[in-house]
Amino acid sequence: MKSVLPILTVIAAILLFWVVCVVPMNIHLVADQAQRDELIVTPQTPSARQDVSGVGLALRNTHLIPLTYNFVRPNLPSPHQVAGEMYNTIFGQKITSKRSLVYHGWVTLAPTLLGFLIGTSLGIFLAVGIVYSRVMDLSVMPWAIVSQTIPILALAPMVIVVLGSMGIQGLFPKSLISAYLSFFPVVVGMVKGLRSPDAMQLDLLRTYNASKSQGFWTLRLPASAPYLFASLKIGISASLVGTIVAELPTGARAGFGARMLVGDQYGQPLVSWAALFAAAITAAALVGIFSLIERITLKRMGMAAT
Amino acid sequence: MSQKPIITARDLDLTFTTNDGPVHALKDVNLDINKGDFVSFIGPSGCGKTTFLRCIAGLETPTSGDISVNGMTPDQARQARAYGYVFQAAGLYPWRTIGGNIKLPLEIMGFDKAEQAERVKRVMDLVDLTGFDRKFPWQLSGGMQQRASIARALAFDADILLMDEPFGALDEIVRDHLNEQLLKLWARTEKTIAFVTHSIPEAVYLSTKIVVMSPRPGRISDVIESTLPRDRPLDIRDSAEFIEIAHRVRDGLRAGHADDL
Amino acid sequence: MMATVAALLVWGAGWWLNVRLATGPHSDRPVVRALIPAIFGITVILVWELLVWAFEINPVILPAPSSIAERILVEGPRLWADFQQTIIKGAMTGYVFGGLAAFGVAILADRSDFLTRGILPVGSFMAALPIVGTAPIFVKWLGSDWESKAAVVAVMVFFPILVNTVAGLKDTSAMQRDLMRTYGAGYWPTLLKLRLPAAMPFIFNGLKIATTLALIGSIVAEFFGSPTVGMGFRISTSFGQLALDMVWAEIVIAALAGSGFYGAITLIEKRVTFWHPSQR
Repeated sequence: MKSVLPILTVIAAILLFWVVCVVPMNIHLVADQAQRDELIVTPQTPSARQDVSGVGLALRNTHLIPLTYNFVRPNLPSPHQVAGEMYNTIFGQKITSKRSLVYHGWVTLAPTLLGFLIGTSLGIFLAVGIVYSRVMDLSVMPWAIVSQTIPILALAPMVIVVLGSMGIQGLFPKSLISAYLSFFPVVVGMVKGLRSPDAMQLDLLRTYNASKSQGFWTLRLPASAPYLFASLKIGISASLVGTIVAELPTGARAGFGARMLVGDQYGQPLVSWAALFAAAITAAALVGIFSLIERITLKRMGMAAT
Repeated sequence: MSQKPIITARDLDLTFTTNDGPVHALKDVNLDINKGDFVSFIGPSGCGKTTFLRCIAGLETPTSGDISVNGMTPDQARQARAYGYVFQAAGLYPWRTIGGNIKLPLEIMGFDKAEQAERVKRVMDLVDLTGFDRKFPWQLSGGMQQRASIARALAFDADILLMDEPFGALDEIVRDHLNEQLLKLWARTEKTIAFVTHSIPEAVYLSTKIVVMSPRPGRISDVIESTLPRDRPLDIRDSAEFIEIAHRVRDGLRAGHADDL
Repeated sequence: MMATVAALLVWGAGWWLNVRLATGPHSDRPVVRALIPAIFGITVILVWELLVWAFEINPVILPAPSSIAERILVEGPRLWADFQQTIIKGAMTGYVFGGLAAFGVAILADRSDFLTRGILPVGSFMAALPIVGTAPIFVKWLGSDWESKAAVVAVMVFFPILVNTVAGLKDTSAMQRDLMRTYGAGYWPTLLKLRLPAAMPFIFNGLKIATTLALIGSIVAEFFGSPTVGMGFRISTSFGQLALDMVWAEIVIAALAGSGFYGAITLIEKRVTFWHPSQR
């Protein structure tokens, strides 16, 4: 745990940077509003202010600086504004309300988890197939690797709409995208893992005349554990991003992605920011849970990760 | 052989603090190494021989006591590039050719290009690796890689050579060959060599002085001045004198960790 | 009916051919190794074409490969303009800036073990976040032209490259660093001659991951606002017009760009890390 202090320091530095940037980012909007509220602003006219930088404007109007931290439609909300909005929409709303981030979180999380489960299971099956069948290895594996370089994510909203027009809506289409996005990282990682035992280990099994199945369960599968966990972590964050992107410009009304868009379109940036942070925390929590499972499992297998 | 000590240790003490508690690696070490000596350090694991070598190199700092190299502190000696160090593994950079690897210290120490080329050729001849300068480390056998590592340590003409079990990972036939070559090298270049080893025959064959060490805490149990002549063919290992010295070393080792058995 | 049978036959033929090649005596030759996945790919495309015919699938749902190919040929100039906007200006600019920034921060952080221990976990955390969600925010700050897309890409590629570079710089063994100390080498010679070359496999791992992220970031960011050019823009508007073959055409270009970019980085990696066991 000796990394706690460095981590906190880095986070504190990032927060500090954020807090400092709030002022120059918002000062122009604040100055415009202040002028309308008949406060003193230097220079007086919006057109004159346009040529002044954020920093310059702030220095000339120090009385406006506190206002930049509480502005209703900020370019860059301050941390406490984001925290406040998150608190309100997580704890201050009923979970079933359309304004609750918990509700939106579940709308995003459910297909993510379902898709992840499907994608991972299929991925493991395909990986086993690739390792044990030379034909599959040579024909499919190159495509598995290439497919990771193709930005299929851009198709996500389309898939939703196409399936929607065929009457398939809700959980399934989004799960399909999550499944796809976690599928290939799991295939690639699992294949590497199943192939990781060295020649010496494999020869030992041959001296026992072990069958392929025995070799799989006693050696290859356990040896692939570290690789599997690494892919699971990549897969779950890819799945979450996939679901969020799928919720984007297709008129979706619920989920983190939808909230980010709604906030943007209706001029309520705090809604967008709160959704973004909630999504980030969800991603972190998911990866964290998998890391925990990884650490416990590997420790019990004597393969404690460094 | 002059009697001028160039490495002296006085009351050297070193305790490591580890997660499992303090480890007393070196206790009350007093030793003189004279110019031109070939000194072997032998003892079981944990006796402090590598730690002592690293103290000479300025890679570890003693908790108390003094150590001086060429009249300077080890750190100053290190900055002054007073010694070449050979590790247990060859440690060659896989992205450089053999020639490039040997050039590494020369580049760092600021020798000019012409000098670099000349020195590389000279030391490669010394260790019998002529013609291999454009090969990559993985194309060479273990023994050849270790020879390249020795060449690298010789390239900048330091007076002192510190070697930490350099032949430990090699088979006996290659080892014998390299031992012979090392002795010839020593005779030709008149360097002072401190050599850590696990092998009794190796220690007796190579050295003018053998330092027997024992563990927990790491200390010197015996210092044996070898009576063998400087010029030694390999079959001197069958002579009575050799066997007697080897016996003395063995006794020193046994006495050192009798409490372990 | 005929088309379905034909599709099954094609699939069977392709599979049989691949089995013969994979288990035959020449299966290790590079030509054969490239041929097998190619045959697999061609088989998939042929079957796709035949099945679209057989089941008369609505082109709005799934166009046939032939119509996609036709669209690519017809719309060449427009596709090229989109490519320049999204890939060259958006993705590549962001990739270069993000990569250089990550590299710089990694070197700065390298001087302090304290910072390194803080940056690795925080960086890995940030790399898992849905950064693409910041796209609307950047469009608001930087306008809807390629600059905002480059900004999103820069942030997206920053963290994976940073984390991999830091991990790579940490990776040298104690023995190697001791060797440098015995030469009295200071920080900069040790960095330039030992730690950077040794870190290259890690750095390239990060750079390869970043290529896909750059493409995704640039295209998806365009969904949030773009001048009337750009691959993301084209995809969403063609979609709205139900011109699915154009959508797929853009996807094909994106796929080629993605694998091309990745392939280029892999080639450079092969030359720079020729010494690593995985390349030999």
